Amino acid sequence: MKTTNIMIVGVGGQGTLLASKLLGRILLEKGYDVKVSELHGMSQRGGSVVTYVKYGEKVYSPVIENGEADYIIAFEKLEAARWAQCLKVGGKIIANTQQIDPMPVTAGYAEYPADALDVLIADGVDVDAFDALTPALKAGSSKAVNIVLMGRLARYLGIDAEIWIDAIEKSVAPRFVEMNKEAFALGYNN
Amino acid sequence: MKRLMLGNEAAARGLFEAGCTVMSSYPGTPSTEITEFAAKYNEIKCEWAPNEKVATEAAFGASLAGYRSACAMKHVGLNVAADPLFTISYTGVRGGMVIFVADDPAMHSSQNEQDSRNYAIAAKVPMIEPSDSTEAKEFVKIAFELSEKYDTPVLYRICTRTAHSQSIVEECDRAEFAPIAYEKQPQKYIMMPANAKPKHPIVEARTAALAEYAETSPLNRVEGSSTKLGIITSGICYQYVREVFAEDEAKILKLGMHNPLPDKLLLDFAASVERVVVIEELDSIIERHCKALGIKVEGRNLFSPVGEYSQSVVAKALGKALPAARAAAQLPARPPVMCSGCPHRGLFYTLAKNKLNVMGDIGCYTLGAQKPLNAIDMVLCMGASVSGLHGFNKADPENAAHTVAVIGDSTFMHSGMTGLCNIAYNDTKSTVIILDNSITGMTGHQQNPTTGYNLRGEPATKINLEALCHALGINRVRVVDPYDLKAVDAAVKEEIAADEASVIISRRPCVLLKSVKTAPAFKIDADACRSCKRCMQLGCPSLSFRDGKAKIDDTLCTGCGVCEQLCAFGAIKGQEA
Repeated sequence: MKTTNIMIVGVGGQGTLLASKLLGRILLEKGYDVKVSELHGMSQRGGSVVTYVKYGEKVYSPVIENGEADYIIAFEKLEAARWAQCLKVGGKIIANTQQIDPMPVTAGYAEYPADALDVLIADGVDVDAFDALTPALKAGSSKAVNIVLMGRLARYLGIDAEIWIDAIEKSVAPRFVEMNKEAFALGYNN
Repeated sequence: MKRLMLGNEAAARGLFEAGCTVMSSYPGTPSTEITEFAAKYNEIKCEWAPNEKVATEAAFGASLAGYRSACAMKHVGLNVAADPLFTISYTGVRGGMVIFVADDPAMHSSQNEQDSRNYAIAAKVPMIEPSDSTEAKEFVKIAFELSEKYDTPVLYRICTRTAHSQSIVEECDRAEFAPIAYEKQPQKYIMMPANAKPKHPIVEARTAALAEYAETSPLNRVEGSSTKLGIITSGICYQYVREVFAEDEAKILKLGMHNPLPDKLLLDFAASVERVVVIEELDSIIERHCKALGIKVEGRNLFSPVGEYSQSVVAKALGKALPAARAAAQLPARPPVMCSGCPHRGLFYTLAKNKLNVMGDIGCYTLGAQKPLNAIDMVLCMGASVSGLHGFNKADPENAAHTVAVIGDSTFMHSGMTGLCNIAYNDTKSTVIILDNSITGMTGHQQNPTTGYNLRGEPATKINLEALCHALGINRVRVVDPYDLKAVDAAVKEEIAADEASVIISRRPCVLLKSVKTAPAFKIDADACRSCKRCMQLGCPSLSFRDGKAKIDDTLCTGCGVCEQLCAFGAIKGQEA
């Protein structure tokens, strides 16, 4: 079987690492060979962050490069545009429409490309763009954006929702389980 | 049980299973998690040392006591620990001793791209390197066995991509290591000339014996059946090669041991294929060795010594097709920034405002060098801010009136103290600012001797920075709150003008610490905002300028109030908690 490549991209502090940990756990339980690659250190301080999740019969390289990603889960729309070159022909981008200004924009050196996702869609890229922040806030916290997005991804990967719920229960602190289950359901069903 | 583990977590599991008893380290990306995960096992006594030299010597002491020991550091940390390393090579060990060194090709979080394999050759010690988490665990056990069998410390190299990638690991039980009873062996362990001279030939003989071992070691293996293309590789590059070439397309010699290299294995492998290519990141260590053996190899003609490789780098160099991809878009960069509420921000704003020269150091505060603060002139290595400032002021004493050094609490304990001692002893009127945020921040919140807690989070002796600076010969030591811009400005102006050396301790805990209670977000009164953009000079991620007015992101703002102090029109207001 071919390897499936998933990129999780966003802004340092948005919870991309927890999302990849959850995903890795589910894929391991499904019996796949799995590699999850992350970067720590300086890039974590509000910078652009990326995590790679690869699974299949046998995975070698832990990284995903240009034209290789089956899915890109973008926690922020500028980051969707930044990493779109990694998308495989025929791949899909799941993008949160949330806008987080990078420092060059907040400090006035650069313009935020508000139409970043529209440009991709106009180019024929398969983009599932939706607001993940509102359902996250509905579930209880802006920090639940990651689980809303995992709920959305679950629709496409064809792995039963129960397996995800089970993994959420095992991966997050007990007091956050209910919030994250609701966030997952809001991403999965809407 | 099968689990997904980071390479670093798997290495820690290896320490547990191998019966390691003592581990002493200094944090540094990408090595930090080895020690953090090892600390989760009660059987391993884990600690953060003030620096890598201390860590290595502590691990050596534990080995001398007859126990299996380890230490971990990033590549530049091994520069600090090089002194003990070169002589532990001579003394050898009692309990096995493994020194983890994490290289960072591409410098994801480092100040240089040095290749630690050179240390193994220079110090004449064996070095091994895994290529995934399964090997990361198993190689630790082999490392301890080699250490004891060949009476040598073993360098264990791991690179960023292996250290920070999770792959599947099968857990085993711990095999307790029976400690070797201590006995005095002065000729073995006292390295003065009379004892060291007979040791050197022993080290050379050991290298020869290890080279013999390398020929048949399970660490090195041949895969694939091609007679056309042979690839010699190691570590993470092996994974890239396997990603690109099918089983029958290339024959691969995968080296798990960098030093010493197996001459006969290399010669036989080369003779079995028409074309030999060496794929190794950074320096040409394997390639040069092959060439010295008279093997016709390619390598540097195809691959750069700069940065990290990947499957596309391998594919491109060896004529394989790359997948179709969209062109890269021109977009605003998203560099890392100081967090909202970071206590360093107010200090750097003040230094920039006063147009000072600032000798910088290693930590989160290195971000003070970036726009819009642009507040740092020099960053070299741990501690260099303090010693560099002394030299800068020694060359021209006038510099002291407009130059300071900034150094974090952990970095000061690592190697700033000796520089401060030098300022007092060799007498420059230098001003050193210790950014005391009560934690080692950049590497992800590790305790240090000034925080009052140890690696396990238990209460520990807290070094008093004020008393320490006094003891190192500095009379003028004062503490300021970096959230109070007026106080910071006054302190900086007074101390650079002072007629003697001084230390300012800029003290406030890292805003990301769980123990820190943040205040409600501040608000901007849009009618009062005159669009002067003065607050934008702080480079705070909570502040942006939209539709002609400053705005505060209330999901990010921690209510530090520094921007309020800057606003001349009273447009920024705090809220009641």
